[in-house]
Amino acid sequence: MTPALEIRSLRHVFGPTGVLHDLDLDVPAGSITAILGPSGCGKTTLLRLMAGFDRPTGGTIRLTGQLVTGNGHWVSPEKRNIGYVAQEGSLFPHLTVRRNLEFGLSRAERRDPRRVAELIAQVSLEPDHLKRFPHQLSGGQQQRVALARTLARRPAVVLLDEPFTALDTGLRATTREAVAAALRRVGMTTVLVTHDQGEALSFADQIAVMIGGRIAQIGQATEVYEAPVDLETARLIGDTVELAGTVSGDGRHAQTAVGPVVLRSDTPPGPATILLRPEQLKVRTGPGAWRVHSVEYFGHDYLMDVFSTRAGLSLKARAAGTVEYAPGQSADVVAAGLGTAFPLASSRS
Amino acid sequence: MAYAAGLAIGLVGLLPILFVAEATVSVGWTQIGSFLLRDRIGQLLTNTAALVVTCVMGCVVLGLAAAWLVERTDLPGRRIWAAVLVAPLAVPAFVNSYAWSSQWPRFEGLPAATVITVLSYYPFVYLPVAGALRGLNGSLEECALTLGRNRLRCFFDVVIPQLRVPLLGGALLVGLHILAEFGALQMIGYETFTTAILVQYQSTFNGTAATMLSGVLLLCCLLLLSGEVAVRGRARYSPIGSGASRPAAPARLGLGRWPAVSAVALLLVLAVGVPVVGIARWWSHGSGLSPELGAALLNTLRLSAMGALATVVAALPVAWLAVRRRGPLSTAIERCAYLTSSLPGVVVALALVTASVRLLPAAYQTSALVLAGYVILFLPRALVCLRSVFGQIGPELDEVARTLGASSVKRFSRLTFPLIAPGLTAGVAFVFLAASTELTATLLLAPTGTVTLATQFWSHSDSLDYAAAAPYAATMIVLAAPLTYLLLHQSRVVRGR
Repeated sequence: MTPALEIRSLRHVFGPTGVLHDLDLDVPAGSITAILGPSGCGKTTLLRLMAGFDRPTGGTIRLTGQLVTGNGHWVSPEKRNIGYVAQEGSLFPHLTVRRNLEFGLSRAERRDPRRVAELIAQVSLEPDHLKRFPHQLSGGQQQRVALARTLARRPAVVLLDEPFTALDTGLRATTREAVAAALRRVGMTTVLVTHDQGEALSFADQIAVMIGGRIAQIGQATEVYEAPVDLETARLIGDTVELAGTVSGDGRHAQTAVGPVVLRSDTPPGPATILLRPEQLKVRTGPGAWRVHSVEYFGHDYLMDVFSTRAGLSLKARAAGTVEYAPGQSADVVAAGLGTAFPLASSRS
Repeated sequence: MAYAAGLAIGLVGLLPILFVAEATVSVGWTQIGSFLLRDRIGQLLTNTAALVVTCVMGCVVLGLAAAWLVERTDLPGRRIWAAVLVAPLAVPAFVNSYAWSSQWPRFEGLPAATVITVLSYYPFVYLPVAGALRGLNGSLEECALTLGRNRLRCFFDVVIPQLRVPLLGGALLVGLHILAEFGALQMIGYETFTTAILVQYQSTFNGTAATMLSGVLLLCCLLLLSGEVAVRGRARYSPIGSGASRPAAPARLGLGRWPAVSAVALLLVLAVGVPVVGIARWWSHGSGLSPELGAALLNTLRLSAMGALATVVAALPVAWLAVRRRGPLSTAIERCAYLTSSLPGVVVALALVTASVRLLPAAYQTSALVLAGYVILFLPRALVCLRSVFGQIGPELDEVARTLGASSVKRFSRLTFPLIAPGLTAGVAFVFLAASTELTATLLLAPTGTVTLATQFWSHSDSLDYAAAAPYAATMIVLAAPLTYLLLHQSRVVRGR
C-alpha cells in the first residue's frame, strides 16, 4: 500500500546553521507518526516543507502518491489537501468558532447546519461554543477547534506543530486525549512534531527520532524506547542507565556493576556501554553494596539515586510507590529484563 | 514591490536632511562659520535650550505626579480624572498661547513660555506613564516593601526605574515639540530657532539664513534623539516569567486627598479652562460666524482628509515590511520615517519648497506639496496603528488559511483586510486630526489664497484681532477633541495586550 506521505532524499538549509540531510520518511495511511527531536533539529522545518510553506533545496515529497514537491513539481499549500494546526493562536481572531469552522468549507457544505454540529462534537466540544470568539475559549478548547476546522476539509494528512506545548500541564493531557481520540475516530493520517518524549510515546503509533537534521530511528514506541539505535536517541526518549560492561564471548550477555545483564541482540564481544532504563534496576533494601542516596517521591513511583562506593558509581532507579524508600538505606541492586549494548569502538565513532 | 515603495517613502522622508546638508556644503564653511558665530545665534540657542529644559522638567514632574495620583492612589474620582487629564491635547498649543497672551499681555518671556508649553504638552508624559503604571506588576513593589524599603524609597528605587522608558519617551516627545513649536512662542514673542527661521523666511525670503538656522535646529533634534537612545540604553524592564500580573494596592492619601484633588482640578482649569473661557470672551466681543470660517473649515477638512489618506497609503508598505520582512533595510526605512517626522515642520516645509522649486516647479504652490508635508510629518502616527494590527495577524494565520484552501484573494478579503481595517481607520483618524490643526508647514506650503482654520486663526491673532480669531480657535478645539479620546483609547488598548 502506498504510504499517505512519502519523503525521499529531502535536503534543505534553514536558519543560520540548520540542515536537513537526505531525509527519507514514510507515514503509513491512517497512522499517527510523531517526529521527536530536540529543538533546532529541523523537525518544524520538516513539517513546514510537508505543508508547502517553504521550498526545499532538493528531494521529493509525495502526498497519497501524488508528487507535490520536487522534480520540478510544486503544489502550493492551498491545493495540497493537508491540515495544519500550529502551536497556538491559529484561530482567526475576528471570526466566531462557527465562522472559523466554516472557513475552509465549500458554499454547499456551509448550508448544511449538521456539518458544523458534527465537527464540534467530533472534538468533544458543546454546540454553544460555536457562538464564541477565540479569545473566549481556553487554550485547549482553541486547539480542539483548530483541529475541527482542519478536519472539516477531510485532508489527506493532518500536520500538528507542537499543538499542546503552550497549554498548562493539566490541560495538556486532556486536550491531547481529546485530539488523539478525534483523529483515531476518523482514521486520520497524522504527523505530530514534538520535543516531549512522553507526548510522542503516548500519542503516536510510530515515532521518528530526529537528531541534527536526520531521522536517527523510526519505529513503534516500544521499539524505540527499548531498543534505541544509539545512546543519543536513548537519552532523547527517556531516562537512561548507562553502565560500563563487557560483552561475553557468546555475544548474549554482559557483565556490569549491577551483575549480569541479558542482551536484546547479539553484540560483538568486548567492552561496551550497556543501556538499561531506570525501571529495570531492582532496588531491594537490606544488606548490600549499594546505598540509597536521594529519593524523589511521585506517589505512583519513586525516582532515586543509588550509590555504590565500591564501584564509585551513582545510578538512577525507578521503583513502584508501594514500598517505602529513604535516603541512607543500604540496598542491593540487580538488573531485570533485556539490555542493549553499544560496543565502545562503535560508540566512539 | 513593497520594498520599492518602502524605499521611495524612506527617501522622500530623508529629503529635509539632504536639503540641509546640500545647502550647507554649497554655502561654504567660512560663511557658515561667520553666520553661526553671531550673537543672535547664541541668543537663540540659549532661549531654545532654556525652554527645552524648563518645559521638559515641568512636564515630567506634572505628568508623573498626575499619573501617580490617578493610577496609584485613592484619589476621589480617579477614573474620571484619568480621562479628563488628557483633555489639554485637544487645545493646540498656539490656541492656548493665544488665550493667555490675549488676556494677560504682560505675561511673557521664559516663565510664560514655560507655563504655556507645559500646560499644553504635559499629557505627552502623563499618557505613557499612566499606562505603564497601570500595567506595572504590584508584586515587585510588595517584594521591595518586604525587603525593608519604605513606600517613598520604594517608589524611587523600584517604580521610577521601571518607568524609565515611558518617561524618557514622553520627555523626548516634549523636547521635540518645543524645538518645532512656532505659533505658541511667536504669539508671546519668545524667540527660538523655529520662530526665527519662519520670521526670517517670511520677511526676507532669505533662503540661506533660514537654511543655516534649519541646520542648527536639525542638529538639536538629532542631539535630543541620540541623547534619549543613550540614556535609555539597552536595559529592558519587561516582566520576567509568565506569572499573573496584579496591580499594587493604591496608596492612601488620607487627609491629603482634598489638596490633591484641588491640585488636579487647578491644573485642568489652567490648561483647559483658561483657553476655553478666553475664546468665549473674545468671541462675545466679535461679530460671530463669518462665511470665511466656513471656507476655512472646508479647506481644512479637504486637506486633512487627503493628507490622512495619503499618509496611511504611504504607511502601508512601510508597516508591512517592518512587521513581515524584518531586516536591515526595512528597519532603516522605518527609522527614517520616525526620524524625519521628529524634525520641525518648518525644516520639512523649507526642504519641500526648495526641492519642488528646483526639481519639480509644477508642484510648487499646489496642495500636493502640503500633502507631502503631512505625509512626512505624520507618517509615524499611521505607522503605529498599522504596525500593531499587522503584528496581530502573524504569518501563521495566513499559513493556516492556505492549508484550508483559501486563495490569495480570499485570504486578503476574509482575513487580512478585516483584521487591519480597525488599524486603517484609526490611522486615518489620527492623521486627519493632527493635520487639521497643523500650522507651521501649512503656512509655508499652502498655495497662496488657500486658508485653513489654523492659518486663518494665525493671521487674525497675529494682527491682534483676537475677536476674529476666536471662532477659528473654537472650531479647532471641536475638531481636535476626538483625537484626545482616540489617544486615550489607544494607550489603553496597547496596554491591554
